[in-house]
Order: sequence, then structure tokens, then C-alpha cells
Amino acid sequence: MAICTGCSLLCEDIEATIKDGNVTAVKNLCRKGNGHYQALKTDRTKPMIDGKEVALDAAVSKAVEILKNSKNPLLCGWSNMTMEAQAAGILLARKLGATICDTSPTCQEDLMERIMDGKIPTCTLDDVRNFADTSVFWGSDPSNSHPRHLSRFSYYPRGEKRQKSYEEERICVTVDVRKSATATLCSNYYFRQPPGGDAEFAEAVLAVLDGKIPKVGDKKRMIELGTLLRKTEYGVIFPGPGMLLALQGKMDLFEKLVAKLNEITKFKVLPMPEHCNTRGYYQLMREQTGFINGVSLRGDAPAHGPEQRLAAAAKSCDAVLAVGSDPLAELPLATARALTRANVPLIAIDPHRSLTSDAAKVVIPSAMSGLEAGGTALRMDGVKIAFEPLIKPGKPDLLSDEQILARIMEAI
Amino acid sequence: MVSAMELYMLLPKTNCKKCGLPTCMAFAVGLLGREKKVDECLPLIEEKKYEAKLKKLREVMAPMENASETGLIIHPEKCFGCGNCVVACPVNVAAEPTRCGAGLGPQGEKVILRVEDGVVKCNNLKECRRFGPNKILCNACTATCPSKAIEFV
Repeated sequence: MAICTGCSLLCEDIEATIKDGNVTAVKNLCRKGNGHYQALKTDRTKPMIDGKEVALDAAVSKAVEILKNSKNPLLCGWSNMTMEAQAAGILLARKLGATICDTSPTCQEDLMERIMDGKIPTCTLDDVRNFADTSVFWGSDPSNSHPRHLSRFSYYPRGEKRQKSYEEERICVTVDVRKSATATLCSNYYFRQPPGGDAEFAEAVLAVLDGKIPKVGDKKRMIELGTLLRKTEYGVIFPGPGMLLALQGKMDLFEKLVAKLNEITKFKVLPMPEHCNTRGYYQLMREQTGFINGVSLRGDAPAHGPEQRLAAAAKSCDAVLAVGSDPLAELPLATARALTRANVPLIAIDPHRSLTSDAAKVVIPSAMSGLEAGGTALRMDGVKIAFEPLIKPGKPDLLSDEQILARIMEAI
Repeated sequence: MVSAMELYMLLPKTNCKKCGLPTCMAFAVGLLGREKKVDECLPLIEEKKYEAKLKKLREVMAPMENASETGLIIHPEKCFGCGNCVVACPVNVAAEPTRCGAGLGPQGEKVILRVEDGVVKCNNLKECRRFGPNKILCNACTATCPSKAIEFV
């Protein structure tokens, strides 16, 4: 059984047929995972300096030279790598006195922090499968972002206390600005709201739970929702970027809503990060620096604040190492532009050709995590999953992210 | 999916009974239920004045040619590979309760629906509950599909 590192569900029941070192057929992979597996053969990077192909050792040496000479390097990416590689990255950042960030938006960090601190209760995906009878998808569309979410955990499968599953014992609610693919499955529990209207929606739900008339939405349907939430035995909310971005700075309101729900019944919150190991990165950072993201390891104590956030750090750094992500494609234009300033050398460590690797001064190819390189990663609910590589890398000298970072560390 | 009325509009509407059925409406219903084929309406095939209608009728009936005996059609280009149908299908769950029943992918060969290479494929359709003399109107797979990639004709 193989693992898929296409999204943060980290499905482990994949059957892959391998012939001559290539994957020829796969079973149980969703379309997104299938694309991820197909990418084993497409657009792989080669070691390059300034657009010309070089030997791997030359590329690594140039990267080392750039990092040694920089006074304020920025190490960004991280969310698609194994925990071992992320740990190596944090050590490297310490050695270099660098700022370390990932590319996820600040609102997701806010939610993760509250969950890790215990301010917002959470559970594992297996708990969702075994006990949850109401799943609320708020601003998220798992049918598109994590295709097997509903079929493996949150709506369709049978579980310990939910043997009759979606037919009689589970309800799925979607709150979104449009009728997403997931919303079409939720039939009459789809609540449409205007973009940015999540704060008002949260307040309306709070009002209904108190027995008051809600200010927004169809009053009758909101009261029905309130009744549903009150009758729930074990509810789970899955907030997605839609809701997190709208509630940026207003996360206290969400915390208040969850606390109110927990006065009535059990309600947990499970974040939905997209990349396969964002949660692992946050956890490691928290353990080793005390903050979950955007930290400068220059001084004696880790510094965390607006200057260390990616948007500001991108403008003030003098060298960039992008590894385990594609920052230029994912970040807003202003921040991405700042990363490609003329006198700021960009080093990209990536298995595939991407926008970042095309713009980089130095490109170091790496092995794909989960397929060509083993390690551990945290699923979206924090469950640790360990995996062995499925096949050997196509080229014999292709190193894993962890090995590349170790080599850079040694040389510095 | 077409209705019997739409098919009726494309027939001669003469009730000539050459197909063996008493009325053209009955023939339209037969076409829909796949008990009759377009070529069994002899005036439609032989007479030149029905040429346009015949062409349109064949176009409308074409998707159903590929449908299986239970009327199941899969559009792989729309499929997300989400596995909702695999986990919802009662035959799948009965065959593998600890795998499909619990949300995992099937391991054996007795299942009807499985996801291969990112999209869903079906086999063993004889086991489907919509098939055979005791058929029931089970719609677990189509009702749980987020993209209408799997449907019944």
C-alpha cells in the first residue's frame, strides 16, 4: 500500500503497479492524487545556475556561497516536505540567522494557534468518521480541494457510532458564497451568503442559539439550523480559506461561537490546510521556536512580529531559499515581486519546474516526498503518518530535501 | 436525459404498427427502455421525408448506446475520483464492509465501482441492484456524485 502526498489527507490505501521503476496503474487515488503521481515523470528539474545546466555539486556549492554571503536570508516554503526535512530547515535557519516562513495566509495560522493552544477544541479525522453526526463545511469545498474527504471521513462512510451513515445518521451543512460541488451534496442545508459575510453569519448563528431572531439570512432556515445544531451529538466544523480570510482579525468571534456550541453539545473544529504537511511545519516551529510561523532566528531569541511575516520579510531580505513550495505562484503579486528583486539571489529546491524554479538563480532538483523519499508527515488533523518511498528516483543522484539541506548545512 | 415525449416528436406519429407496437408513443417508451431500437421503425428508415427526424433521433439516442444494461453511464472527464459512489454503493459495502464501508478503497474483485487512475470505473454490473427481475430504484451512486459524472439514462 502506498501513500499519496497530494493534499493533507495523506491517503494510505493506494495500490500502485510498478513496472521497470515507473508507476503504470494506480487504484484508489482521487483525480488530484492521480495528477500528483503522474507528475513523477513530467517537468522534472535539473541542477541549474543562471539558466544553464550544471552538475549537482556545482549547484549546491553556489547555493552555499549565496547563503554564506547573505546577511538577512529568507527561507520560505516548507509545507510540502517531510517533518525530518523541515527540522533540518529550522536548524539551517538557526545556523544562518535567517527568517523562516511558509506561504500560508496569516488567518490560517491564527486558527491553528488557537487549536494548538487548546482554545478551540479539535479531534482527529477518525473521530469524525466514528462519531460525527453533523459536518459543517464553512468556506471550504472538500470535493475540490480534498476529494476523498467526504467519502473517507466526514459524510459517507460508516463508523463506530454511525453505522447508518449519510442515509440516516449524518448531516452535512455547507456555508459558502456559491453553490460549490460540496454544496450540491448537502441538499437543503446549504446556506448562501455574500462574500465577506461570515462574521454576520456567525453572529446570526449565535443569536439563533440564544433563541433570538437572527439579523441575516432567511429567518426560518436559520432557526432550522439552530435546531439542527442543538440536536447534534458530535458536530465538527471544517473552516476553509473562504471563512478564514473573511474572519481575519475577527477570529475571537469564531472562538466565541465554538464555545457557545460546546455549552450545548460537543463541537470540534478541524482546519483544512491544502499542502500535505503544513501542520507538521507549524508543530515543529512551535516546538522549536515557540511561534508557529514567521520567525527570525537571527538574535539569541526567536523574534516574531509583523516584520517577520512573509510580506515584510520578502521586501527586506537579501537572499531567498525556496524549498517545498512554489512561492512565486502562490503568493500575492506584490510579495512575489519582492522575492524576485534584481539583487536578491533566489535558490529553488524543487522536484518540478515551477514559476519559482524558472525565476531562480540556482535550481537544485529534489526527490518527491512520499513517492521517491520517505519520512513522516502530519495529516490535517495532526495524526502522524510515516511512509517509505514507493520507487527509487529516476536519476541515481537525486537527493531528498532532507539530504540537500544537510549538505548545505555541512558546508556552511 | 431525454423524455418519451421528446422521442415521440421525432417519430412519424402515424401509428402504423409496423414495429409491432400499437402506437408511436409506445415505441418512444420502448426506445427509452432500450427494448426497441431506432431501426425497428421501418417508415422512419425507408421514407425520405423523415430523414431529418431520423438523424436527430439517432443523435439523441447516441449517449444511450454506451450505457450499460442498468442504464449506468460514466463521464470520466467530469469525475473527481472522490470515491463517494464507491463508499455509498450498497453492493460495494456489502462486499467489503471493513474497506468500502469504512471509506477505504476496495481490495477485492466483487465490487461494482472502483477508482482507477483517478476516475471511477465500473464492472460486475450484474450485481447492481437496478438489474434483473427484482430490480429496485437504487440511486446511491448518482445521488452522491458532486459533478454528475455518473448518471442513469
